[in-house]
Amino acid sequence: MVFKEYITVKDIFGPLMLIEGVEGVTYGELAEVRLSDGQVRRGRVLEIADSCVLVQVFEGTMGLGRDNVRVKFLGKGLEIGVSPDIIGRVFDGAGRTIDGGPNIIPEKRLNVNGSPINPCARDYPSEFIQTGISSIDGLNPLVRGQKLPIFSGSGLPHARLAAQIARQARVPGSPEGFAVVFAAMGVTFEEANYFISNFQATRAIERAVVFINLAEDPPIERLAVPRMALTVAEYLAYELDMHVLIILTDMINYCEALREVSAARKEVPGRRGYPGYLYTDLAAIYERAGRVKGRKGSITQIPILTMPEDDKTHPVPDLTGYITEGQIILSRDLHLQGIYPPIDILPSLSRLKDKGIGEGRTREDHADISNQLYASYARGKAARELAVILGEGALSPLDLAFVDFTEHCNNEFIKQGEEENRSISQTLDIGWWLLGLLPRKDLKRIRKEYSDKYYRKREE
Amino acid sequence: MKEGTVIKVSGPLVVARGLTGTNIYDMVRVGVQKLLGEVIEIRSDEYSIQVYEETEGIGPGQPVYPMGEPLSVELGPGLISSIFDGIQRPLDVISLRLGSYIARGAEYTSLDRTKRWHFIPARKSGDNIRPGDILGTVKETALIEHRIMVPQGVEGKVTVVAEDAYTLDDVVAEVETSTGKVSVKMLQKWPVRKPRQVTKKLPPDQPLITGQRVIDTFFPVAKGGTSCVPGPFGSGKTVVQHQLAKWSDADIIVFVGCGERGNEMADVLLSFPELKDPKSHEPLMGRTVLVANTSNMPVAAREASIFTGITIAEYYRDMGYNVALMADSTSRWAEAMREISCRLEEMPGEEGFPTYLGSRLASFYERSGSVVCMGSDAQGEEGRRGSLSIIGAVSPPGGDLSEPVTQATLRTVKVFWSLDDRLASQRHFPAVNWLTSYSLYQQVVGRFVANKIGAGWDENRTKALRVLQRESELEELVRLVGMEALSPEDMLVMETAKMIREDFLHQNAYHELDTYTSLEKQFHMLDVILKFYSKAQDAVDKGVDPLRLMGVPVKDKISNMRLASEGDMETFRRIEGDIARQVDELVEDRAVGI
Ligand SMILES: Nc1ncnc2c1ncn2[C@@H]1O[C@H](COP(=O)(O)OP(=O)(O)OP(=O)(O)O)[C@@H](O)[C@H]1O
Ligand SMILES: [Mg+2]
Repeated sequence: MVFKEYITVKDIFGPLMLIEGVEGVTYGELAEVRLSDGQVRRGRVLEIADSCVLVQVFEGTMGLGRDNVRVKFLGKGLEIGVSPDIIGRVFDGAGRTIDGGPNIIPEKRLNVNGSPINPCARDYPSEFIQTGISSIDGLNPLVRGQKLPIFSGSGLPHARLAAQIARQARVPGSPEGFAVVFAAMGVTFEEANYFISNFQATRAIERAVVFINLAEDPPIERLAVPRMALTVAEYLAYELDMHVLIILTDMINYCEALREVSAARKEVPGRRGYPGYLYTDLAAIYERAGRVKGRKGSITQIPILTMPEDDKTHPVPDLTGYITEGQIILSRDLHLQGIYPPIDILPSLSRLKDKGIGEGRTREDHADISNQLYASYARGKAARELAVILGEGALSPLDLAFVDFTEHCNNEFIKQGEEENRSISQTLDIGWWLLGLLPRKDLKRIRKEYSDKYYRKREE
Repeated sequence: MKEGTVIKVSGPLVVARGLTGTNIYDMVRVGVQKLLGEVIEIRSDEYSIQVYEETEGIGPGQPVYPMGEPLSVELGPGLISSIFDGIQRPLDVISLRLGSYIARGAEYTSLDRTKRWHFIPARKSGDNIRPGDILGTVKETALIEHRIMVPQGVEGKVTVVAEDAYTLDDVVAEVETSTGKVSVKMLQKWPVRKPRQVTKKLPPDQPLITGQRVIDTFFPVAKGGTSCVPGPFGSGKTVVQHQLAKWSDADIIVFVGCGERGNEMADVLLSFPELKDPKSHEPLMGRTVLVANTSNMPVAAREASIFTGITIAEYYRDMGYNVALMADSTSRWAEAMREISCRLEEMPGEEGFPTYLGSRLASFYERSGSVVCMGSDAQGEEGRRGSLSIIGAVSPPGGDLSEPVTQATLRTVKVFWSLDDRLASQRHFPAVNWLTSYSLYQQVVGRFVANKIGAGWDENRTKALRVLQRESELEELVRLVGMEALSPEDMLVMETAKMIREDFLHQNAYHELDTYTSLEKQFHMLDVILKFYSKAQDAVDKGVDPLRLMGVPVKDKISNMRLASEGDMETFRRIEGDIARQVDELVEDRAVGI
């Protein structure tokens, strides 16, 4: 097919350009922008009125003018070529390989926007994933097909945590690990490099596909990165039968790119200048996690976002929380105490845990011990806050025992090594060991049969 | 009517020219893919169309085909147990035919045309019939008898077919009206944006019993009433709505998943067929209709989904059923309106929402009510009663209740269940804040319950709420000076409040016994706690140390009352006996100076 080329650029503003006098162009179409110096950029049609087209340029408009570009519309949306050879490869934000390996010869090309999964075709996620991290597996377990974000703050070790999850995640009893799709949006070179070298060192790269858009790369490209990564994930999961873990970092940068486009279009801004459709846009990404009936593979999503000023009500974490199935929240306080991973267990929650744990899946006592650890930790923490105001003297001996329990919990349950991969029964056993610090009669969330079986009073 | 041509595309909004003869809110098919859309604005020759499907690939010059009728739903046997998208396309059929993804331009009838339903006429040929009269019945599910009603505007002498199995397209009656013969089928259509008519509306006078203690006892909703559940993410809005869909004593449930998660709809689809109706022991799916337009499905269809749901609900109400509609979440609906409004470049109101946000929300909730239905029932009696209750979830950004959707909703609904982030993070569920929530149906429900269960219901609620209010005042003090500084009376208040919270209000939706509590059991549970309180007050007056009262062994039994089986009055009598004995012992000990 021959495509008509247009040289009729009218306006250029922000990441957008307006082209006049076009014919036969459709909404969402991919545009190819060719500069007179031979550079080629890609764009997407955002709006089209009569013969005027508004195009968002992924690589940005720097260097574009009214006289030095020719624009072609390619009659299809943005696509990515896939084949089994993409496994183990590293791509940039435009979908080009950057690891020095051979070019990919695609088996087929897929539209990166995907289509919504029919709710009737969804299978409810219920298979427990052992991450080897106690505060996740014990208290907020992840299941295959879940979307569980990490809410972090700047300077907190979310990258190390995500890498550890990617390395260790297994479904107990199933030999294969997860294929990892990693999508970096606007992260630093160091952070991206940390992931890649980590994957290489552990040979996880052999089952990984990596997309990298760095902080210095074009921001608008970030709008395409998670979509390319998810399209690849869907290909691996539903066509190659793999269980895929996809890590998206950092969603804040993605949302800022969206805000930039919205501002350039002079749309009515919502909270903090983010567009009113931010929820819908994020949902189009997060809802691509899941299990589909009749397909072997699955897509489990771990988006990472750094909350500006550690504020959970900021629109990005807020709307993310409204879409995902729980959240893992990192605590600056624990981090300062030197506890890794600094997971704040009280506000963290995995909403799909109930169907994934218990007899036959993890262990019979899992639900009870998880409730008890949570309740005891909350009580100890409240007592400690009281002691800060009133002094330790104001606490009853029982309250003091709970404070002590909380300390031990931080240091023995939550804290663990970056290479330490605990099995679920190890995690639960540590839980029981800690509960041994408390009188049995105060463990009200635990059924008698389990405390008979597992509880041992600990003598200090 | 003429074909038009696309001149502009901006996301879900398409503008076309040349659609002469097409009216506002008429349906059209857009572009080569024939995507379904609705005309929402006409300015001279420019027709703005909201398109119910993803518009990628649509561009200027493509054709627009008029359909000549407004967005309507199909009504008839087969609605129950189905799952539809926002414009009533059958998602189960689509998934069977087209696979796991929702493809564009899919054209399937909402209701199955080939299935035969056993129709039992309720009228004889020669009878005179009027709109709303029950013409005949069909056993739609084990739980529901579907009543075929005479459509609006049809009146005259009827000829009815004999009892037999018919498809939805078969004529089941012919009516000689003043303007000629009209054929009536079991399948009827109704435009979604137009409320269905009733003879009259009545003030609600019956509770919608939900089995949720904090709701029924503290903040009840009436059959035909309206209620909203605002709360930040993870505070339990969906669980409350699912609990009501499972356990409330409505005849029909319409659940609209509006811009929320796909997995939650899958959960309902997988669990409802397994769950049994407590009365009939039939699967709950047999009284449920699902409308699912999840967050990743097209935003314009999300706008329509609420109307699709409420029209189906009204249809069953008109048969004389008590219907409850849950909408999760109305905020996503409002956001869909906002998105379309922005694209139309309308003048924005607060936070970019259209200025008509408030009136749209009000007109939606106004479609609820306790009503006298039109027409007569199968026995020819007039005055058939039906009701439609609406429970809407609201998702305020950042949990901030001052935002426009929450505020507009609060202006119209009568019950407010305020979900609290703090309670949710303490895992106190349902996280309904007892200090800020309210219900304007307390009296209506109180009167009803007083007749059934006996006096004391209203009184107990008032007492319990007073204790909880006092607790919140004292909490301030305790934070500053510690529990020990409280007077013995106040210590008792704190202890009683804790019992009300932990042993009564807290209710685990996932526990098979705790998930539902009858009104009677609710009454006894709260009554026991208040009896303990009043007994203990007497004891404190006589000088008993409140700390000793807090340690009486019967308290363990009180915390386990939730697990008493329904109808087991013996347990409560025993607990009351224990309270009396154990507290009296402490009073005697005190008297002899122990
Ligand atoms: N009554 C309850 N009993 C036990 N757990 C509950 C109850 N209500 C809520 N929860 C817990 O809270 C979690 C979140 O509840 P839910 O999904 O209803 O929140 P939501 O308000 O709908 O959030 P969102 O706005 O993100 O959809 C549930 O997954 C469950 O773990
Ligand atoms: Mg919800």
